[in-house]
Amino acid sequence: MPGKAADKHRKGQGRPSGGRAGPPRVLRAAPKKRDDDVSTEAGDVADAGAGGKALVKPPDQLELTEAELKEEITRVLKADNPHAPQNIVRYSYKERAYKQISHVNQMAIHFSYNGNLIPKDSDEGRRQSMKSTTGAEKAPAETSAETSEETQGKDEESTGDTQAAGEETAEESGAAEVAETAEDEEVPPPKKPEKKLANQFNFTERASRTLNNPLREKACQSEPMPCKDFSSTVNQWEIYDAYVEHIQKMEKEKEKEKSKSQAVKKEEVKKKERKFTSLEFQSNEIAKVSKVAKIMERMVNQNTMDDIIQDFKYFEDESDEYRGQKGTLLPLWKFQYDKAKRFAVTAISWNPKYKDLFAVGYGSYDLMKQSQGMLLLYTMKNPSFPEYIFSSESGIMCLDFHNDYPYLVAVGFYDGNVAIYNLKATSQPSHKSCAKSKHTEPVWQVKWQKNDMDNNLNFFSVSSDGRIVSWTLLQNELVHTDVIKLSVEGTAAQRPEGLQLKTLGCGTSFDFHKKIDYLFLVGTEEGKIYKCSKCYSSQFLDVFEAHHMAVDSVSWNPYHSKVFISCSSDWTVKIWDHTIKTPMFVYDLNSGVGDVAWAPYSSTVFAAVTTDSKAHVFDLSINKYEALCTQLVVSRKKNKITHVQFNPVYPVIIIGDQRGQVICLKLSPNLRKMPKAKKGQEVEKGPEVQIAKLEKLLSLVREPANKTEL
Amino acid sequence: MAEVEETLKRIQSHKGVIATIVINAEGIPVRTTLDNSTTVQYAALLQQLIMKARSAVRDIDPQNDLTFLRIRSKKHEIMVAPDKDYLLVVVQNPCE
Repeated sequence: MPGKAADKHRKGQGRPSGGRAGPPRVLRAAPKKRDDDVSTEAGDVADAGAGGKALVKPPDQLELTEAELKEEITRVLKADNPHAPQNIVRYSYKERAYKQISHVNQMAIHFSYNGNLIPKDSDEGRRQSMKSTTGAEKAPAETSAETSEETQGKDEESTGDTQAAGEETAEESGAAEVAETAEDEEVPPPKKPEKKLANQFNFTERASRTLNNPLREKACQSEPMPCKDFSSTVNQWEIYDAYVEHIQKMEKEKEKEKSKSQAVKKEEVKKKERKFTSLEFQSNEIAKVSKVAKIMERMVNQNTMDDIIQDFKYFEDESDEYRGQKGTLLPLWKFQYDKAKRFAVTAISWNPKYKDLFAVGYGSYDLMKQSQGMLLLYTMKNPSFPEYIFSSESGIMCLDFHNDYPYLVAVGFYDGNVAIYNLKATSQPSHKSCAKSKHTEPVWQVKWQKNDMDNNLNFFSVSSDGRIVSWTLLQNELVHTDVIKLSVEGTAAQRPEGLQLKTLGCGTSFDFHKKIDYLFLVGTEEGKIYKCSKCYSSQFLDVFEAHHMAVDSVSWNPYHSKVFISCSSDWTVKIWDHTIKTPMFVYDLNSGVGDVAWAPYSSTVFAAVTTDSKAHVFDLSINKYEALCTQLVVSRKKNKITHVQFNPVYPVIIIGDQRGQVICLKLSPNLRKMPKAKKGQEVEKGPEVQIAKLEKLLSLVREPANKTEL
Repeated sequence: MAEVEETLKRIQSHKGVIATIVINAEGIPVRTTLDNSTTVQYAALLQQLIMKARSAVRDIDPQNDLTFLRIRSKKHEIMVAPDKDYLLVVVQNPCE
């Protein structure tokens, strides 16, 4: 309402300000202060009005002569707008093309101003005058009075201080203006219109601005979060690996929880473990490459020795068909190691688990030329270089793999010591006998036994000093117990009392029965073979007057539990039934027999090597009288072959010689003939068949036992 | 360490072996007996091939893993023995 009222007042004011002729409306008596204010204003206007009557010339006006002033200049004014564009083009949708617009608006408006004067006689004027008159009568004075009161209140504050302030306030708000005009109308002094006009020219604007705080913009950029693009495809195996890892983690955590309960002790262990892991880490990286390098070396070997491998794997000597019963040995690889050249091969043994791995012991059989020894492990997969290398201070005379722990090798030395090498550990033997308990003479054979009652590892050894010793591994210590002492005459009791000389027999070889746990045979340098039991340390079960010279090897038949074989330097190989004192078969090989071995695939096949460097392979079921194959293995002079072993799986034998060389030979088909099916009978297999085969042969021999000896 | 060195030496001295290269997991040759550019080429190509071959093997059976890869070509044979962290590459001329 007050706003509207103010509006009306302004409109109404339009007329009086122009001519000051409107009927003055009395709203209220203006305060005296207001009057003072107005009078001062009026004074100012009067001063300005006096100066305004003089002719004012701008200082830079052109000075023109009279003639020039009177000169007429003709100007033709056209209706065309010179600024109007001539060539407007617009797109016509109708014709779908740009078209020139011919009609251009020529009108130019230079100035337009909407006045607020309304002619009295016009409709609008009449209507307004009507309104004002009726409004003055009808509208209660209070409403307008209120507005004026408000404005007055404002004015009082502002004008009270200074005049300038008063003027400013007049400008400031429309509301104030309205109030002023309203007051003007209240008190209409006759001089006022003139003063007011004059005052308009003398108007000075005084504006002041409060100091605005300068706008300040402060931007700061944080370092962008590090981000990374990651993308990958997930394979089945990646998921599998993740699971495995997770499971391992879980297990570790479980272990940790367990270990917490046993906190004190475990901590020490942990420290140790940490040390180990750090060490392992260093060596691991190398070990990893070494593993790969090992594979690579084998593959490179495989490539270069391709023909030999083909021979080994696939080739069968077809000429066997035309040889009748005879067979041949096909040399495959030669295993050599530079540092072992000056040693003789004193023992060879296949690993029970890894069928391609075998251990070779190096030493010397020459009593005058004893020096160091060496233990090498070769694999058929890499004939060019040994898999493991151990060197020892004394010559190795014998060795044996443990059946259940294929990484343990028992070794007997020339100086009487025995030792256990652990292939998992490094270079040195993990256990060695001490000087007190060792043999006094070379150890000729060692053999692992079944674990004893307390599940301790133990093995037997036989030596020239006539003792057979059982070695038990007790907490990193080899404990020895003498099992038996070999006396020359069989039993010590038989000797005359006065001659209690300790003339002990010299054991050179022994073998344990495959099935009867306590039974074993010992061959001696005197050529006797003793049948002994582990239970009796002073008595022999039996004595065989087997050979005239040292027994180099005795061996039980792998199938037939009664049969064993022996060989000796007296040129003979003999096959025995341990229940009969005389040999079943005797073969004279015309040279000292270094070693003899049963074949693992047949009860009747065995191989022997002689000092004239020949290998002999027999199959009793085919020929009872002579070897199927007698072949020179090494041709060089001053070289003898010393040992022979059948591979447990493959049809190959390895033969060691005195120059540190091991030769691998393949048995031709004739040497490993299996019984053929006769007349539609099925070929039987298994140990029973093998036993029967040998038994049949033995039965032929047993009754006319004298015949064979002829 | 010396043992590995010796093995590598033996391989290199073996009959028909043209080159031995050890490549690490990132495909960077660590040790080589070839000239630089050829080595780099071998390393880059074989690394990819091995990854592919291994993933093929493992995709078929996650418990399985690639242990060896040999490529028989007209001129020679490239043998790669992959490990967790390294590849050992040997180029051999088996006909020599």
